[in-house]
Amino acid sequence: MDLLEYQGKQLFARHGVPVPEGRPARDVDAALAAADEVGYPCVVKAQVKVGGRGKAGGVRVAQSREEVREHADAILGMDIHGFTVHEVWIEAASDIAEEYYASIVFDRSAKAPLFMLSTQGGVDIEEVARRDPGAIARLHVDPLLGFQDFHGRRLAFEAGVAADVVRPLGALLARLYDAFVGEEAMLVEVNPLIVTQDREVAALDAKVTLDDNALFRHPENADLRDVSSEDEQERMAHERGLTYVKLDGDIGILGNGAGLVMSTLDVVAQAGGSPANFLDAGGGSKAEAIVAAVEVILSDPKVKAVLFNIFGGITRCDEVARGLIAAFAQVKPTVPFVVRLDGTNDEEGRRLLAEADLPNVHPETTMLGAAQKVVEVASA
Amino acid sequence: MSVLVGEGTRLCVSGITGREGSFHAMNNRRYGTDVVAGVTPGKGGQDVEGVPVFNTFHEAVEQRGANTAMVFVPPSFAADSILEAADAGIEVIIAITEGVPAHDELRVYTHLRRLDGVALIGPNCPGVLSPGKANVGIIPAAFFSQGNVGVVSRSGTLTYQIGNELAQSGFGNSSIVGIGGDPVPGSSFIDIIALFEADPETELIVMSGEIGGSAEEEAAEYIAASVSKPVVGYIAGVTAPPGKTMGHAGAIVSGSSGSAAAKIEALEDKGVRVGRTPTEVAEIAVELLGG
Repeated sequence: MDLLEYQGKQLFARHGVPVPEGRPARDVDAALAAADEVGYPCVVKAQVKVGGRGKAGGVRVAQSREEVREHADAILGMDIHGFTVHEVWIEAASDIAEEYYASIVFDRSAKAPLFMLSTQGGVDIEEVARRDPGAIARLHVDPLLGFQDFHGRRLAFEAGVAADVVRPLGALLARLYDAFVGEEAMLVEVNPLIVTQDREVAALDAKVTLDDNALFRHPENADLRDVSSEDEQERMAHERGLTYVKLDGDIGILGNGAGLVMSTLDVVAQAGGSPANFLDAGGGSKAEAIVAAVEVILSDPKVKAVLFNIFGGITRCDEVARGLIAAFAQVKPTVPFVVRLDGTNDEEGRRLLAEADLPNVHPETTMLGAAQKVVEVASA
Repeated sequence: MSVLVGEGTRLCVSGITGREGSFHAMNNRRYGTDVVAGVTPGKGGQDVEGVPVFNTFHEAVEQRGANTAMVFVPPSFAADSILEAADAGIEVIIAITEGVPAHDELRVYTHLRRLDGVALIGPNCPGVLSPGKANVGIIPAAFFSQGNVGVVSRSGTLTYQIGNELAQSGFGNSSIVGIGGDPVPGSSFIDIIALFEADPETELIVMSGEIGGSAEEEAAEYIAASVSKPVVGYIAGVTAPPGKTMGHAGAIVSGSSGSAAAKIEALEDKGVRVGRTPTEVAEIAVELLGG
């Protein structure tokens, strides 16, 4: 789960990472009240989960109350690269002397957190990495040892930070690591990490991705999920406990198991079709889950045909067939279905479907044959 | 021969008194797996259909000689259960549990790698099946027979699909190993491919990967340098869009890294043939070994 900038900063603040004072606001009046509290000048910052806010006009400095009104009015509701701004963050303006970059990523390949620090912050770090890879200091932290003071010094000296901020910067990095581990993040990124004219360090931006699997231990973070930014079908699926990803095409897909569903999307694409979604009905799918899944798939008006690709392991094909029959009774689909049932109780499942004689349902015996059939009926 | 589980497996099931745990433990026993014990803290002294339950893994090892663990406890307890099994001296730990936090997996992985002689498979995996010998996990054994193809996969049902395609072409399996779809699996493709390379029964290795991470690319390097047996690859997620997690916590294309195209290229660059569909994987296997 990705956090908004201000949610990331609030999370940082809980772990002692210095951040400028600020308040979130959802309308102009709230923005004015927030500005009055943090003082002037202040910065009005669009809160969207996409880069390039500054260039798009989503970050503006306000010298006065009147300018806060003007900027908040302009930014709220603004579209930034396809994301509508629902919220702004009003932050005390900082007196910036230097802009650094710091991040910790969960490095799957090295199986350790990877810390990166550069004095060339405030710009696209991937650009820095291409132009001048030596400008980024990197080190892996042993997950069982944790972040030590020497790690901070090494990073700071290798990155070439100003000598007078090595100590406060090291302290900030240690707290950033606390936040990364304590909140179970997959990524924390600070760009820019600033040094002020008074030689203090602070996180001026925050990009945080949390591990969804760990949210049960962090209810305060779980509450941050922003359902308003989710796609309608994705929200429906989430409420029904299904794993659904919206895609661009017109063939609805349901399968059991993430790998098989991914493979099904590929095989449909190879057959010349274009999948409308990824939907994993999960292991041991019961009839009710199948009904819910059909509801979600068909709520996408682009869907012209649906493919069921089931290889039963824990999932029983007769349960899937019962679910499909129930779905036809409740949802009354008007588009054709192609159904491939293989694995546990497949014969019983096929028999149930044949008996039910559902309108416009085409049974197929192989994955490849089913993919070709669904492409054919979708384009008919 | 087979890898990881076989005739010498003495299985202890953590979470055996739960609904899923008992169901699959009994399923595994019916297949012929020697299920010698279960562990549920506080339920020591009970039994599940004749399988004695202990409070700790240490008791299960001391009293029943357990050497393999299957972990079926909820995600919040999984890391602890794996660490306990390792501490008790269990050599092969197979963690089925889905949804284990990534930081837990990282700590467990780092610790286990510092011990000698402990293999962790999973979490979030379907387990290991050595047809005709032992089944530890949730793989539907009825679809597979004993043979010479070793299969290693990040996904469960996709493994069954590929295994089924191979079976239709007349192949059986030495072992089928599901390593799981999480960011930090206990064992990688490389770990399992090395076992198959050393296993005399295995004549062909099938590896089924998917988007996310770089494990397939690393395996490609390893195969070129250290594997003499033919390897056939498959990668799921060619059409997956970047930035979306495809069901498995580990299956995500971020930026240019982790894409299916990059993985297929890495494997083919090293001379590994990659099937574009599960059906094509079986066709290549027939070409390489004869039908």
